[in-house]
Amino acid sequence: MNDYWWLIVAMTALTFIPRYLPLALAGKIHIPPLLVQALEFVPIAVLTAIIVQASLVRDGAILVSTENHYLIASVLAFVTALLSRHLMLTIVVGLVTFSVCRLQLF
Amino acid sequence: MSGKRFDGGLFIRGARDILPLILAAIPFGIVYGAMAQSLGLTHWEAMGMSLFVFAGSSQFIAVTLLASAAALPVIAMTVFIVNLRHMLYAASLMPVAEKIPALLRVPMAFWLTDEAYAVVANRLRAKLDDGKGFYSYYIGAALIMYLNWQLCTWIGITVGEKVPDMTNWGLDVAMVVAFIGIVVPSLQHTAHWACAVTSAVCILLTYDWPHQTGLLFSSVMAIVVGIIVLKQQQNTAERRAIHE
Repeated sequence: MNDYWWLIVAMTALTFIPRYLPLALAGKIHIPPLLVQALEFVPIAVLTAIIVQASLVRDGAILVSTENHYLIASVLAFVTALLSRHLMLTIVVGLVTFSVCRLQLF
Repeated sequence: MSGKRFDGGLFIRGARDILPLILAAIPFGIVYGAMAQSLGLTHWEAMGMSLFVFAGSSQFIAVTLLASAAALPVIAMTVFIVNLRHMLYAASLMPVAEKIPALLRVPMAFWLTDEAYAVVANRLRAKLDDGKGFYSYYIGAALIMYLNWQLCTWIGITVGEKVPDMTNWGLDVAMVVAFIGIVVPSLQHTAHWACAVTSAVCILLTYDWPHQTGLLFSSVMAIVVGIIVLKQQQNTAERRAIHE
């Protein structure tokens, strides 16, 4: 087995363990109500950080500029989501905006 | 209902609810496949990573670090840290996981992704299902996500050979706008907004921390602020109720 396969084995273990551990412990340990409430914020907390990082950080630096097509697409997607609350429409607006910027159709 | 092991209707429903996110993940998977093969992984190694690791961002980070000739233990550690957010996801599934047999939680863990979690978190919040119902829904969403990821990796490997500059097209934007479509409608209270704004501000201050640790830091800070605002609002509401 070469190095890449060993890397895959290691990655498999290291991605599985954090996903599995809390599920394995469910029912065996008591979760305090405050923690349950805190965990309800997880999707907003994590996904927002991913979104902001991917939209604003380009090549290792914050880029607020019309040249940052990710940012323009994200802002329009954000407005769409706010007004429509519709997932598919948000994705379509974001992708069309990005493509238009990229291909410099205007 | 109680004798039934699996709810086919909810399985289909899960698969259907995740479809918009599947569409958004297609370019992501294709770019991963293209990148992996362009960096010299064999087809089976590139495929193997998708089949066994099945974690989009980790796979991207791994191939990016391979390109910068990082040591393999460094790559493995980075992958581990980046995936700690899945531990938060899994922890938030604990109350419902209690009702699911231990062995069945193994595929649940293996197929836990940002996308599957985003879809099931909505379902979980609405508290519509018992353990079995939730499990059927979860597996429907997660399984189709997995199969799609394999197909897209394969397409990426094949097409990437013929179109080498595909990795610069910015196809990953699809995932970003999909997450926006998930998060924004879930911002229903002041506490939710406080959480989101904290997360955004913190990640802008910490994006250059090594190994994506800023992502974890920002998430934890945002959760703490969310809870504080929620508690404060509950206290104010109680006080008002007493005065009235």
